[in-house]
Amino acid sequence: MLQFYEPQRDCGTPAAAGEPVSLCIDGREVTVPAGTSVMRAAAEAGIKVPRLCATDTLEPFGSCRICLVEIEGVKGCPASCTTPVAPGMTVHTQTGRLARLRRNVMELYISDHPLDCLTCAANGDCELQEAAGETGLREVRYGFGGANHLDAPKDDSNPYFTFDPAKCIVCSRCVRACEEVQGTFALTIAGRGFGSAVSVADGGDFMGSECVSCGACVAACPTATLMENSVIEAGIPEHIVLTTCAYCGVGCAFRAEMKGSAVVRMTPWKKGGANAGHACVKGRFAFGYATHPDRITRPMIREHIDAPWRPVSWEEAIAYTARRFREIQAKHGRNSVGAITSSRCTNEEVYLLQKLVRSGFGNNNVDTCARVCHSPTGYGLKATLGTSAGTQPFASVDEADVIVVIGANLTEAHPVFASRLKRRLRQGARLVVIDPRRIELVGAPRVRADYHLPVNPGANVALLNAMAHVVLTEGLHAAPFIAERCDAEAFAAWRTFIADPRHAPEQVEDATGVPAPMLREAARLYATGGNSAIYYGLGVTEHSQGSTAVMAIANLAMLTGNLGRAGVGVSPMRGQNNVQGSCDMGSFPHELPGYRPVADDATRGLFEAAWGVALDPVPGLRIPNMFDGALDGNFRGLICQGEDVAQSDPNTQHVQAALQSLECLVVQDLFLNETAKYAHVFLPGASFLEKDGTFTNAERRISRVRRVMPPLSGKEDWQVTVDLANALGCPMDYPDPGAIMDEIARLTPSFHGVSYARLDALGSIQWPCDDAAPEGTPILHVDTFARGRGRFEITEYVATDERANRRFPLLLTTGRILSQYNVGAQTRRTANSAWHPEDVLEIHPADAEERGVTNGDWVGIRSRIGSTVLRARVTERVKPGVVYTTFHHPISGANVVTTDNADWATDCPEYKVTAVQVDRVTEPSAWQARQRQFDRRQRDLLARAEPR
Amino acid sequence: MNLRVYVPRDTTALALGADAVADAVRHWAAKRGGAVELVRNGSRGMFWLEPLVEVERDGGRLAFGPVGAGEVPALLASLSADPAGHPRYLGPVAEISWLRDQRRETFARAGVGDPLSLTHYRSLGGFAGLERALAMSPGAIVEEVTASGLRGRGGAAFPAGIKWRTVLEASAPQKYIVCNADEGDSGTFADRLLMEADPYQLVEGMIIAGLAVGADRGYIYLRSEYPRAREVLDQALARASAGGYLGEDIRGSGRAFHLEVRLGAGAYICGEETALLESLEGRRGTVRVKPPLPAVAGLFGQPTVINNVLTLAAATTVLARGADFYRALGSGRSRGTLPLQLAGNVLRGGLVELPFGISLREVVETFGGGTRSGRPLRAIQVGGPLGAYLPESRWDTPLDYEAFAAIGAMLGHGGVVMFDDTVDMAAQARFAMAFCAVESCGKCTPCRIGSTRGVEVIDRIIAGDAPGENRVLLRDLCDTLEQGSLCAMGGLTPLPVRSALEAFPGDFD
Repeated sequence: MLQFYEPQRDCGTPAAAGEPVSLCIDGREVTVPAGTSVMRAAAEAGIKVPRLCATDTLEPFGSCRICLVEIEGVKGCPASCTTPVAPGMTVHTQTGRLARLRRNVMELYISDHPLDCLTCAANGDCELQEAAGETGLREVRYGFGGANHLDAPKDDSNPYFTFDPAKCIVCSRCVRACEEVQGTFALTIAGRGFGSAVSVADGGDFMGSECVSCGACVAACPTATLMENSVIEAGIPEHIVLTTCAYCGVGCAFRAEMKGSAVVRMTPWKKGGANAGHACVKGRFAFGYATHPDRITRPMIREHIDAPWRPVSWEEAIAYTARRFREIQAKHGRNSVGAITSSRCTNEEVYLLQKLVRSGFGNNNVDTCARVCHSPTGYGLKATLGTSAGTQPFASVDEADVIVVIGANLTEAHPVFASRLKRRLRQGARLVVIDPRRIELVGAPRVRADYHLPVNPGANVALLNAMAHVVLTEGLHAAPFIAERCDAEAFAAWRTFIADPRHAPEQVEDATGVPAPMLREAARLYATGGNSAIYYGLGVTEHSQGSTAVMAIANLAMLTGNLGRAGVGVSPMRGQNNVQGSCDMGSFPHELPGYRPVADDATRGLFEAAWGVALDPVPGLRIPNMFDGALDGNFRGLICQGEDVAQSDPNTQHVQAALQSLECLVVQDLFLNETAKYAHVFLPGASFLEKDGTFTNAERRISRVRRVMPPLSGKEDWQVTVDLANALGCPMDYPDPGAIMDEIARLTPSFHGVSYARLDALGSIQWPCDDAAPEGTPILHVDTFARGRGRFEITEYVATDERANRRFPLLLTTGRILSQYNVGAQTRRTANSAWHPEDVLEIHPADAEERGVTNGDWVGIRSRIGSTVLRARVTERVKPGVVYTTFHHPISGANVVTTDNADWATDCPEYKVTAVQVDRVTEPSAWQARQRQFDRRQRDLLARAEPR
Repeated sequence: MNLRVYVPRDTTALALGADAVADAVRHWAAKRGGAVELVRNGSRGMFWLEPLVEVERDGGRLAFGPVGAGEVPALLASLSADPAGHPRYLGPVAEISWLRDQRRETFARAGVGDPLSLTHYRSLGGFAGLERALAMSPGAIVEEVTASGLRGRGGAAFPAGIKWRTVLEASAPQKYIVCNADEGDSGTFADRLLMEADPYQLVEGMIIAGLAVGADRGYIYLRSEYPRAREVLDQALARASAGGYLGEDIRGSGRAFHLEVRLGAGAYICGEETALLESLEGRRGTVRVKPPLPAVAGLFGQPTVINNVLTLAAATTVLARGADFYRALGSGRSRGTLPLQLAGNVLRGGLVELPFGISLREVVETFGGGTRSGRPLRAIQVGGPLGAYLPESRWDTPLDYEAFAAIGAMLGHGGVVMFDDTVDMAAQARFAMAFCAVESCGKCTPCRIGSTRGVEVIDRIIAGDAPGENRVLLRDLCDTLEQGSLCAMGGLTPLPVRSALEAFPGDFD
């Protein structure tokens, strides 16, 4: 997939989908779908009509007047971009009249454009330059002394791109991209006539505006007016490699545009199944962490955590690790060691690590960070529908009429999908937002939620039950669908349960905090508004009733028949790039790849035969059990791959104590993260740019990750696991990750048809992929549910123990922000921190006033578990009684406050509900003070190991 | 003595002191204690006579004008003695030849009485068209308009019936009637005059259009520079609603029509129908590409009839008097009457409504009476700032869309602006480009950059800087604007420029 650099193919206008229409262009017969523009029809026939304002990611605009053509029987010279094809049409794209006309228009353009092509950042990749060439412009008779914009000042406020209006041709592609593709409406054209100029909508600079730095405008710009700073510095790339973003669960496809082994820019791939050419500030721009000086590129070991690190060879590190783990097992038993896989790593890496644990350690002590995010999704959707995954492709939202977003802040956490969803809203789909906060979707430019149900943190199940109650008792349910597709006995039991008046919206109003009439309206809309789709996030799963809420969502979808076709479904929005994949790959202690129980003899037999070892039939430890075991002394050795439990897991002090009590902690990561500060062995990881593999996104889409630069440490992560397995006496031999995928495909029915060759051919594949569905399965449960009949589960609401009281009167809930990603290890090492330099506590003005807190004050946040100190942001985004923060910066200590309450079924922590008190303070918390000191000490120990 | 005095309350009359005249009438009446009824009528469009005071007595109306406020007491006093002896005496208004020699159909009621009186409107035949339309099927109304030969009076002269039929045949949950009242052409005022003098005619025309195409909602997009028209329309709409002509149930017919006034924000381009729709939707007034036509996807993406004030107004005549009546007027494919607006350097400026076909010369001589300066007439610009400048050799052209197109000119909205022999036609050509530069929406390149370059090139020609090469360049630029522009703004700017170059080449030397 390595190719010479060239711009992505652009047919000028978007594809259409009508009946075939035949016409004649320049003597060639062309057949295209009705609704196709003449320009695109020509492009598909290999005829390029010169153009400037047209690009196939945007609706035609018709402003540049370069693409004019002649059509027999039509007066004048219509623009080919805005003229749809008609049967029998005869088009001429090159005539003497058109040549004159185009050249004269081009002459006007160039009369207000700097003549600095040779030193311009777009030199060689400029559509204006190209069009000037195509139109044969040879002179500018107007001269260059007339009115012009050549002195217009640059806006270099954005860290990633520069806006140079002197080069602007006012084609509006940037403005339209911001509107049509991103949906932010940050840009406009100010002024009129010759004074028309691209401008941020509020008149300031890019950085001070609503701009979310998604880069859509930069990608759309035909000239150097909006240009990546990296290209300004490095020049045009020379080759490209297609790969997949390593940030959120949207899984955008990118072209890594390279100069040698250096990434010049990341450009969203127009054929990307998940993103269709769009990106966000993280994937598009925040890749610099991969070459950040903080990267540790040599293996290191130390005897104890107060000792300086000792850089060693790979051989020594591997041998040391294997010896320590065998010693621990010899002393404390087979079950005294385990590993945590990472949702940031590739499927192949995750697969190998769980294989190492099961076949090398001989136990099932493997768990994944999905434990703390979407484990309830796996449980809940499997129980009700039969598959531990979302039911829809992202494209399904294009056909949704009613969109329900529950506990997901899509514009921050899944921005590329959010843009697609917002586009659908602009087309008229209705929206219900269920969230304690006024997230952006509640009211953004040209987007307004029909209903915002500001649910109290912890009351999702009560709310969802009430919605189901309304649908059922008002007779709005899809009786034929239920009769045909669902388990009758389970439905009958559930029906009796949910029809009980105690679930009526009026009865649960106090618990949910949602006015009953509004809840009823929202439920009716969901049941009767056409295609209704639910999108949910960690605001659903990270609760003591996370699994219950997931099942309640599935119940609602079955109840209304909103499953099994485009436009509907239940879609969990995965947080990390490979949460879905890490779960698919058998990362859970009770499940082998493909969600098959380790206790199942047949499954185990299959793997035993393939791996040549006997496997333990007893499920292993979950992450919280590992920590508890560490403190009890039963669990002594842990491999933690690409995961920072010391920052991301709840009750930080408990986690720190557990890590500290381990005999051997092995951390494999890019950086000395918080967890690594407690480690004895540090194995340098490879970023997504340094390895081959696959990621599986939230829509079950398996996409290739491709190595664009050699691993800085000399090894890709999977190679390290192979080496360690061999050192443990558990032979592994794979020539490349493709061979690992072949093994996965052999052993996992839902991956049966997956191979690198097929992925290369198709671009990506949504599992299940097998002989019946060789190109994958975009929509699940089409004719029948994966489990046969859909099962309504009883979802009794049980209030969390964690509730506001006199001592802790506020509820803290946590979430994400656009510019930072998860624990921030990557994004904090990029210019993204310009947008979010620190975590803050959002607090409602009423709660702030009561406490004498004003914007920017330091506030202490105390829970029964711990306390930390953050700056306050007084805002009505949160409702009274609720405070909110993020955990992107280690020193924020958000998880020092969160408790070890967890989902009853999966132990997924209750991050979203912590009773706290907030007051003004003047100094950091005791934990923060200790942490600073510890951090300094560990950095010092690192510095002593690796003098730079 | 029972006396009824008419003092217009139209923008032009007001600008010329009509309010002071009215005050003087009231003052005089109060002092005399006699029964004097003051009526604030609209203008009859004889702007050269404003403020035109009419006195109704014995069933006849005597006209005086132009009348200054100071002249009022003597004027009113003269009535009982010898009105004809008064220096401002014009005789019975109906016998003023300037008015009598017109063919007033659309403007028949203008200036006759209180524009806001529904009773008055009805008494002069108002709502007859609506009543007939209410009894007809939508298709029959459209057919009537089509058969009348009525073409769009905004300038493009597109057959109204065809536009209405397209909207009628479009299937959509909501359709709209939009009235283009963004009368921006220099030297034009017919829309304003009609809205101020006879607003119900527009209301009636829009309701008829709504009935014809199945639209129950309409907007009048009014330029903000017409505050008086806005007042009149606001009151007219309120009274029409109260009178049962607007709302959910038009005169008990069970048919609905809701009408609102929306103001522009001072952009000429918003008189272009698609830019108008953008503006009406709350966006920047920039031109949309066509297709789709507004008739298919117009306001808020719905099928929309967008017509000029005069087109919608004329529809009432078509419905009231029948297609044959209307079609009998005019010449060639230009049917009905054309409201011309005489302006610029003209002795007798104002509104002249005539059937199509009369020559331009006859109009400017008979009605215009030559220039106000008294100097020889040299050029006439017909059709607004984008219309051609016509030298005397073209003045015998009949006022007919096709005849004007044939000489590279256009009738447009019927503006006729006259220039005497002191005019510098190079400056006028420059002005055409400068106007385009100021008013261009900036969307398409020929208009956005070309208009500014046009000014620069003409400046160079005038300055004698490589005039031969620059004339070639100017012609190329005109071709580019004409063939390459997205809308008629850029597409028509070459008309005045080329016509000035061709007919008055000496002015550029």
